[in-house]
Amino acid sequence: MAILSKEEAKQLLTKVLGYSKADECSISLNNNHGGNIRYARNTVSTSGEETNMTLSVQSSFGKKTGTASINEFDSASLEKVVKRAEELARLAPENPEYVSILGPQQYAESKAYFDSTGKIDPEFRANVAEKSILPASKKDITAAGFLEHSSGFSSIMNSKGLFAYHTQSDLNFTVTMRTNDGLGSGWVTRDFNDAAKLDSGEASEIAIQKAIGSRSAKAIEPGKYTVVLEPAAAVDLIENMMRSFNARNADEGRSFLSKKGGGNKLGEKLLDERISIYSDPLNAEVPGSTWTNDGLPRKRTDWIQNGVVKTMAYDRFWAQKKGTEAIAFPSNIIIPGGNGSLEDLIKGTEKGILVTRFWYIRSVDPQTLLYTGLTRDGTFYIENGQIKYPVKNFRFNESPVIMLNNLDAMGKAQRVNGNLIPPMRIRDFTFTSLSDAV
Amino acid sequence: MKRRNFIQAAGLGLGGLMMPIPMFGESVDPSVFLNSGMEVSQKKQLADVALQAAKSSGASYADVRIGRYLNQYLFTREDKVQNIVNTESFGAGIRVLVNGTWGFSATSEVTTEGIAKATKQAVAIAKANSRLQKDPVQLAPQKGYGEVAWKTPIQKNAFEVPVSEKVDLLLAANAAAMKNGANFVNSALFLINEQKYFASTDGSYIDQDIHRIWPNFTVTAIDPKTNSFKTRDALSAPMGMGYEYLTGKGAGKIAGPTGTGLSLYKNSYDIIEDATAAAKHAKEKLTAKSVEPGKYTVVLEPNHLGLTIHESVGHPLELDRVLGYEANYAGTSFATLDKWKSKTFNYGSKQVTIFADKTQPGSLGAVGYDDEGVKTKRWDLVKDGILVNYQAIRDQAHIIGEAESQGCCYADSWSSVQFQRMANISLAPGKEKCSVNDLVKDVEKGIYIAGRGSYSIDQQRYNFQFGGQLFYEIKGGKIVGMLNDVAYQSNTQEFWNSCSKVCDESDYRLFGSFFDGKGQPSQISAVSHGSSTARFDGVNVINTARKI
Repeated sequence: MAILSKEEAKQLLTKVLGYSKADECSISLNNNHGGNIRYARNTVSTSGEETNMTLSVQSSFGKKTGTASINEFDSASLEKVVKRAEELARLAPENPEYVSILGPQQYAESKAYFDSTGKIDPEFRANVAEKSILPASKKDITAAGFLEHSSGFSSIMNSKGLFAYHTQSDLNFTVTMRTNDGLGSGWVTRDFNDAAKLDSGEASEIAIQKAIGSRSAKAIEPGKYTVVLEPAAAVDLIENMMRSFNARNADEGRSFLSKKGGGNKLGEKLLDERISIYSDPLNAEVPGSTWTNDGLPRKRTDWIQNGVVKTMAYDRFWAQKKGTEAIAFPSNIIIPGGNGSLEDLIKGTEKGILVTRFWYIRSVDPQTLLYTGLTRDGTFYIENGQIKYPVKNFRFNESPVIMLNNLDAMGKAQRVNGNLIPPMRIRDFTFTSLSDAV
Repeated sequence: MKRRNFIQAAGLGLGGLMMPIPMFGESVDPSVFLNSGMEVSQKKQLADVALQAAKSSGASYADVRIGRYLNQYLFTREDKVQNIVNTESFGAGIRVLVNGTWGFSATSEVTTEGIAKATKQAVAIAKANSRLQKDPVQLAPQKGYGEVAWKTPIQKNAFEVPVSEKVDLLLAANAAAMKNGANFVNSALFLINEQKYFASTDGSYIDQDIHRIWPNFTVTAIDPKTNSFKTRDALSAPMGMGYEYLTGKGAGKIAGPTGTGLSLYKNSYDIIEDATAAAKHAKEKLTAKSVEPGKYTVVLEPNHLGLTIHESVGHPLELDRVLGYEANYAGTSFATLDKWKSKTFNYGSKQVTIFADKTQPGSLGAVGYDDEGVKTKRWDLVKDGILVNYQAIRDQAHIIGEAESQGCCYADSWSSVQFQRMANISLAPGKEKCSVNDLVKDVEKGIYIAGRGSYSIDQQRYNFQFGGQLFYEIKGGKIVGMLNDVAYQSNTQEFWNSCSKVCDESDYRLFGSFFDGKGQPSQISAVSHGSSTARFDGVNVINTARKI
């Protein structure tokens, strides 16, 4: 089914709501059209396309809730799915943490859908792969990459009069370039809402240069080093930190945001004062939905201001219990960095290590938010402001909290994985062992 | 393109997970789990539609998978049910080989028209992609089995057990943990039933009914005065079993080494006993000694060692990784073809024999036939320390000189294309009689590690770091107390060559990974790893404590 307009979605949801006999009812309608192409060994390996539309009904009687979903849209099926949700609600155990559904809300409109992405066809995908494979094969390099894209709409309506509608498109491209002697590897990532912004040839060239430049890496001793993290390297640790910005866990004493003696660290200085972190679905570079699945509005939210914790995420139950406003987890992360480029950061580095990306990052200790992982696909030694030579990959054991306290300098923020993250120079980053992996 | 929903499971450790918990299919009434679904004769009829259509369109080979996938996930915390998820997904995937190129298409319209249309699309994709194909696909020969069936040998179908009974069991485990000093407890039960019908132009019509179960919890203990908290996850293993895994009261369990008081489970899990112990362990961890970093002999319990086997042996010996098909995602492998061809590559010490086996009873990977109609079997990967083989499917077998596929092809849904996935990979038990106490008594300075913890390994599978659930210091051949902040780092070849002894088969049991991720778009797979407790000498242990 094609993308329904706001009015068409409203009509369909109103019809379904008409079947409801429950105390409270919320309906969500999600449509997605997506496709992908995967290549490896300089040839396409798989490619596919899929369209899906699902309607989900959540019905409640008192504090008992049932959910059912369906992908057929004739009247009989729609009536049946509502009935089924109601039957399940009657059978469900009571949820003592049930919070009554939201009434009507005001939502800003975010431009997150681009026709260029909605109209991607097999030829577009093949061209993306071709522009990546051809330059690789000319340089004795093997390309392995993946492009995936999606576009569609989501809409919700409930029995208290809430209605929301949003359209969005997304595209994500990654490619790994490996020299055929197995000694060098480079990688690049690009993501956009607007497919017209993707140039897989330009991106692939960066990965090719990294692959060639990282051949015959030298082993240097693990230890504490100044690092220059490209945005793609910094983003994972920062995303992990923001996923843990949960007020309930902090209040319960099981979070890095818990305070000695009880309570949480709201209002306390956590990071270097130059670090501010906010989220904003209306930012034109990283647009997203202005509402959550349960209809909570997403607005610009300051999480960290000048190093101080300003907000944590409160689900609706915990917010009610604590007498505060419910705040959804951020849909994007924006760190306003400096003005300089990555090259400027390298130029200002006396001795340090440039990191393209981190890989296989896993939590080691939630108490301190300690993570381990490895550098991958382009790690270089910097001396007197210049890249001197490639170095072997390292394993790190580091906490984003410690990392963002050891900030030295930041460059201009760039889009990565739907966020705006600056390249960063960090002091005393902890590498604990060497890896032979290329 | 897979746009899957993911379930939030805050508070659960879920060690061994590669990714958030995927939710497949449409939400349904659990009573639909009791329906048997489409008749086998009807599936055969529909499969023949696809096979005929593919052949008449020029396919040299075709297979059809008609699948019904049932999932039930239950989540609780303390005295509350948080979420119960019931899903059903039904459809057909058709794979064709045309002009030496694969084409795949899937449909939820399991009708003559739907299947015919999807077959046509699969053929069109194969034809379109064949102009980019450098080397035509070479398929290892496979005989047809005719009409056959296989079922996980379960005693009690967990989907037939009332939801209330399952909820009560989880809440009873939570209550046991709370009574014994836990501040918080999250628990979950994952149930999966794959009803898969496979047919191919080789003449196979295979009907399979596969069951898996995973009870799990995380217990948290808190000390507000010091602002510290510690967790202990369940010592259960996900299994290819029915509800009998939970009703046998831990029959056949093994005691941990003297001084630990641990109960370690085989084919029957006592969740109440384990939750009780977990609360005590989490509290004990709050005051346990922080480890002194350095070289130690580590004694690794099977529920811990399984994940090390998974990451450092299972993944590097997947042939598609060795060949570069996973280069942009999971990575490649250090275990290159030249090492295997040399027949002298010391993957491990002489104590180390590691085998792949898709037939092990109770294991997650146990099936009668894989997802391209190959009967499953057992084969060695590392024999007495030497690398001897990989894991390969029909279109890879010729690369390693095999005359037939090893039967480890899998797709996580009817809508996903099947590809090479990890078989159950296990460490063979030691041939000499040896108990875990025998292993410990020879250790001067060591650490006994139980349960799965933090895990990370590089993209070619050289350097890894593993944590665990429980750490006990060994001094002068005796367990002397609990340790905190332990992780060990090593290099795969160095680590397996430091293996000095493996307990005998009386200690052998399975660990499992329920949601192993691979491929782009990512697919999950469930796989078990068996071992007896094993000892590794001179392993580098780091201290993971930090101050923020």
